[in-house]
Amino acid sequence: MSDAILVENLTKTYKGGVKALQGVSFRVEQGEIFGLLGPNGAGKSTTVRILSTLTRADGGRAEIAGHDVMRDPAAVRRAIGYVAQSTGVDRWATGRENLTLQAQMLRVSSHILRDRVAEMLAWVDLNEAADKLVNTYSGGMKRRLEIAMGLVNEPKVLFLDEPTTGLDPETRRALWLDLKRLRTERNVTVLLTTHYLEEADTLCDRLSIVDHGRVVVEGTPDSLKADIAGDTITVDVGEAAAKACEILTPVDGVNEAIPDGALVTVRVRDGATAVPVVAAALSQAGISAHTMTVGRASLDDVYLKHTGHHYDAGNASAAGGKP
Amino acid sequence: MIYFLADTWHLMLRHLRATIRLPIWIAMALIQPVIWLTLFGQLFRRVVDLPGFETGSYIEFLAPGVLIMTAMFGGAWSGMGLIDDLHHNVVDRMLATPVHRAAVIAARVLHASITVIVQSIIVLLLALALGAGWPSVAGTIGVLLAAALVTAGFAAMSTGIALLTRREETMIAVVNFFGLPLAFLSATFMSAQLMPEWMQTASKFNPVNWAVSAARHAVLGTDESAVWINSGLLLIFTVVMVMFATMACRVYRRSA
Repeated sequence: MSDAILVENLTKTYKGGVKALQGVSFRVEQGEIFGLLGPNGAGKSTTVRILSTLTRADGGRAEIAGHDVMRDPAAVRRAIGYVAQSTGVDRWATGRENLTLQAQMLRVSSHILRDRVAEMLAWVDLNEAADKLVNTYSGGMKRRLEIAMGLVNEPKVLFLDEPTTGLDPETRRALWLDLKRLRTERNVTVLLTTHYLEEADTLCDRLSIVDHGRVVVEGTPDSLKADIAGDTITVDVGEAAAKACEILTPVDGVNEAIPDGALVTVRVRDGATAVPVVAAALSQAGISAHTMTVGRASLDDVYLKHTGHHYDAGNASAAGGKP
Repeated sequence: MIYFLADTWHLMLRHLRATIRLPIWIAMALIQPVIWLTLFGQLFRRVVDLPGFETGSYIEFLAPGVLIMTAMFGGAWSGMGLIDDLHHNVVDRMLATPVHRAAVIAARVLHASITVIVQSIIVLLLALALGAGWPSVAGTIGVLLAAALVTAGFAAMSTGIALLTRREETMIAVVNFFGLPLAFLSATFMSAQLMPEWMQTASKFNPVNWAVSAARHAVLGTDESAVWINSGLLLIFTVVMVMFATMACRVYRRSA
């Protein structure tokens, strides 16, 4: 068994009847970075909370590094690192104190503890700020400290629950570079949740798109994008989206036309040659196109194809998937 | 067991460090006893002329009472830190580690008791400055033990309430609603013999009154058996409250 994470048909209904998970399954191999991508409320965090033993599933089965999360939670806790959504660090302690306490709770043996803490501080480049109160840290520094805390016991599996939510775009990109080093410098399996398409695209070896407590589709970012080969033309047609789709679907070179509000997403074999054809077909039918943009297929299009609606993560920039 | 002790110790150090770094917190907790001691001490100075007081100095009578009231509030407010931790995901991060579950509660209870012992010594010094005598060694140990026990009981109760409600507002309401009535339904300010009969009866079931009795008899050296009996009652109270907190922890884990 080389599966670091095995999830079979997990279900969870919260008090009040909210169905958070309705049968989620996936497998992650040792050393992979696996992403759960979906909007807020899709069930990503619930999945991570079940896998990190913080809450129990109603049904299904999950194993982390060969340990069953329901039957042997203690063994699971020794094998994992968990970086929660939003801080989770003690603001009134220094970075070093936070890491030391975390290492003690994670049963890092006392004679290597001091060295391990120093090593982790260096790894996330917090040497200079190590003895300052976390309260004085920037958002990016706090996140790096948390990642160090998640790694201090050299876990087999690291959970990163929305690691870049709440960070400004610049800090987010800087953190991605750090997270990419997880793959090159540490032999750790990572389960990452995110509602940023671009993040999943950049960081993950494989990913599942989750929506309403179900896995919608699973694959590598490239294979998912290849699934919807070709380019995408997005046309703003105002009121006439449905009619525009009807007209465009039979046009030569058009694979699919999907309405979404005032926009029509037209998937075509080749953008450059299809634009004049699409424009002509629309004007022939008396539909005026306000704007027309051509792009390569992105995870956003994957998302649209499998869920039937555009990616909208509330506060997330939905355009994150566009290159 | 060794993990329980180690985890409790390490977590307690974390809380203690935070307290030392925010000395304003201790200062705030001291202002109240200073006000009670000076204002009440002056206002009711002549009340000891009535029969039924164990001592002829009201400050000497009042000091152990104020000390216990401070201890009770110190324990009762200790759940606030836990609510802060809950809101900042600190608790979840801990629960995803193999940390001993009971240590998370025990460390807070222990920290509250240690803080209160420091406060109690300061209250005793204050009373000394205002003209009360310094208790004997055994008396000092007795009064600090009573303070530590009543703090532990209320800290465990506060921890349990924090885990069940997870809201600062609820905590503030509960502590404000029950705190002062519990202090007034005891011999904190007034000799038990001078209380109306229904109050005397009610005070017999009041842990704050047990603590005040133990503390006062210890300080004045008046009734050694009362110190032991009331300390025993306080120990039972603390054990029950720790059980309540443990139950609350289980409820929290199930609803998380």
